[in-house]
Amino acid sequence: MKQFEPKIIAFVCNWCTYAGADLAGTSRLKYAPNVRIVRFPCTGRIDYQLILKAFENGADGIIVSGCHPNDCHYTSGNFYARRRWIVFKSLIDFMGFDNRRMYFSWISAAEGAKFASFINEVTDSIRKLGPYTDYSNLRKIGVGSIGEEL
Amino acid sequence: MSRIGVFVCHCGENIGATVDCKKVAELSAGLHGVVHSVDYKYMCSDPGQTMIKDAIKEKKLDGIVVAACSPRMHEPTFRKAAQESGLNAFLCEMANLREHCSWVHLKDDSTTEKAFELIHMLVEKVKKNKPLFPIKVPVTKTALVLGGGIAGIQSALDIANSGHQVILVEKDPSIGGHMAQLSETFPTLDCSQCILTPRMVEVAQHPNIKLITYAELEAVEGFVGNFKVKIRQKAKSVDEKICNGCGDCTTKCPIKKIPDEFNAGMGYRAAIYVPFPQAVPNKPVIDRAHCTWYLKGGKCGLCEKVCPTGAINYQQEDEILTFEVGAIVAATGFDIKGTDFFPEYGYGKYKNVINGLQFERLASASGPTLGEMKRPSDGKTPETIVFIACAGSRDSAKGIDYCSKICCMYTAKHAMLYKHKVHSGKAYVFYMDIRAGGKNYEEFVRRAIEEDDVSYVRGRVSKIYERNGKLIVKGVDTLLNSMPMEIEADMVVLATAVVANHDSEQIAQKMHISYDAYHFFAEAHPKLKPVETNTAGIMLAGACQAPKDIPESVSQGSGAASKVSCLFSQDVLTREPLIAEVNRSAPPLYSTCVGCFLCQSVCPYMAIETEEIRMRDGSLIKEVARINPGLCQGCGTCVALCRSKSIDIHGYTHQQIFSEVVALFNRREEYETV
Repeated sequence: MKQFEPKIIAFVCNWCTYAGADLAGTSRLKYAPNVRIVRFPCTGRIDYQLILKAFENGADGIIVSGCHPNDCHYTSGNFYARRRWIVFKSLIDFMGFDNRRMYFSWISAAEGAKFASFINEVTDSIRKLGPYTDYSNLRKIGVGSIGEEL
Repeated sequence: MSRIGVFVCHCGENIGATVDCKKVAELSAGLHGVVHSVDYKYMCSDPGQTMIKDAIKEKKLDGIVVAACSPRMHEPTFRKAAQESGLNAFLCEMANLREHCSWVHLKDDSTTEKAFELIHMLVEKVKKNKPLFPIKVPVTKTALVLGGGIAGIQSALDIANSGHQVILVEKDPSIGGHMAQLSETFPTLDCSQCILTPRMVEVAQHPNIKLITYAELEAVEGFVGNFKVKIRQKAKSVDEKICNGCGDCTTKCPIKKIPDEFNAGMGYRAAIYVPFPQAVPNKPVIDRAHCTWYLKGGKCGLCEKVCPTGAINYQQEDEILTFEVGAIVAATGFDIKGTDFFPEYGYGKYKNVINGLQFERLASASGPTLGEMKRPSDGKTPETIVFIACAGSRDSAKGIDYCSKICCMYTAKHAMLYKHKVHSGKAYVFYMDIRAGGKNYEEFVRRAIEEDDVSYVRGRVSKIYERNGKLIVKGVDTLLNSMPMEIEADMVVLATAVVANHDSEQIAQKMHISYDAYHFFAEAHPKLKPVETNTAGIMLAGACQAPKDIPESVSQGSGAASKVSCLFSQDVLTREPLIAEVNRSAPPLYSTCVGCFLCQSVCPYMAIETEEIRMRDGSLIKEVARINPGLCQGCGTCVALCRSKSIDIHGYTHQQIFSEVVALFNRREEYETV
């Protein structure tokens, strides 16, 4: 049987993690091809509705990653991202959502190797969890559509 | 209906070897709204760009996706190409097939599939892109140079000589940096002070340079062309304007046993001191951590009594100076590891085990021994001396994987200087490799070996311990079948690793620039932008970026200066218009903004203002937020925070980002059902 290949989407900031992923590339580090990166100016820009949107549309896992604390190109965006992340994660946990599929990390522009190993770890653990169907099933029966008005 | 063009680049073999570019282009042609899709060997080359320009005109494209390298590399190139053929630059997007796909995955169907999905995401995004126009901002033609070492001095002089104002900030009481501490310089053996001090004087006398010593960077706000910097002028406790530099205070000061930083701890200085006789400015400062007046609540006061001009001011306080500058050159330099970093070499306990900088001071005519070769413990002339290269450097066990670059050369110089001073002495150098790349460098090392009879031993030293007043150096000669060696030395010099300054991380954070794992500042591109940082308007010079010797630091100092001059040659700069905006709509709503102003509290740039919407008769309808486009830097924190979704950010709008996410997974459903 063919191994399950999860679809993972990563929301990353332009200055640290995106550059870190570029560095993984220039260093020719190999990692799992399951992640698709969406570039943001800053993790502070990331609207967590996007996470629900991604799950609703069939993502098996999501990653949010930005600059280390104090290293934000815009001074403080990553702190707001972290604060919202904590609230958001506990909220959807309360709602019965499986938040083992959500990852948050700090990866700087110099941490290409960390990026590669992080992607591999996340891919492995989501592969073990199997495909995520709960949310997309809801969509199929016509319940919930987040951000559609936008 | 969109008319999107997709251009898939092979980047020679870089993408083409792992991704089936032809197939990707064919698949992309089938995407909704794509009317043109091609692949080509090198999209960034002249024919490649011409191909894009022609297609935009012929196919009347209203958006393009270039699937090639990282947008951090070539986005400006392709945006310019789009602009030249009449398409708005911001209707061009790049899919990162190289750094994020072909270079990190193996040749496989899944890699090609990923490449196609990345393109699909960007195609959906670019459909929602809107034409944007660059914002014009004025340029303040004053530069801030941080650090008064040779790199900073060179930079400051070059900028000043091209007719612009420079503010040079140095943290120590004098400019000069590490170069002022050196005795002679490789590969010419000319005296460091003799070539440096005229430059220092030039800085002090230059009409375009404002020199601020004993000061540190406090904060940086703003953006390229329009930075606002705060400098903390540490209290010198001596009024510079009144002081005539006679030096009576330094000779009379009773606290004389403070290890001297300038002499790398090899000599002593007083609590009120001028770091070295050739200092610029040549005015003393009081070291409050050691001065009796501060430690014992107003006792002593001797310097005040002897000062003929009444320049001593114990009550002086730190002062925050604010400047507006258009560009910043970071030239904050480096540090070297102390001997205490090496347990195997005695944790710095043995007085006669010193580091390279201490040896420089011993060999210097202005040093504590006036240039005579005397060992620190008893002042005797060392008859046998051992130099150990790569002490800490290239040693992952010590956490320093990189090569410190200058040690091979200065160790050869040290051995040579020693032999010139002590003709009967015996000098050994333990090395791993001799890295002497540079003009006349290899010849210099050969001279040390052949003419000055320095014994080079290829191998590491495992241990140093004291026995009968001698330092026993246990090493191995790997060119003699790993023959163990034991040398009874009188003095050992460790060429300790070059490291970033202990506060370089904080300085980088203040300037909002990136730094690497070793806390050296990160350049924008390792090859093509070695002087710029990722933050526009901030340049790097010297060893704050990576270990560098003097010629390289000077070159980079000049390079940074030329970048600053380029910037200052324009009266108006254009800035990417990727900024946030609060929506406006027709009456009676005017805007979906409800005026909660939560956005104001998170904006790091204080760019969010209150706008009052009024009737013609002046009565207030509502208060809404307005984003000042001159101040907004486009972080988007307010966008994610806004509860009524009234703020959006150009270039990363809700529509664009949601389209990207939806595109990725909708395609997957299709894929599964097929």
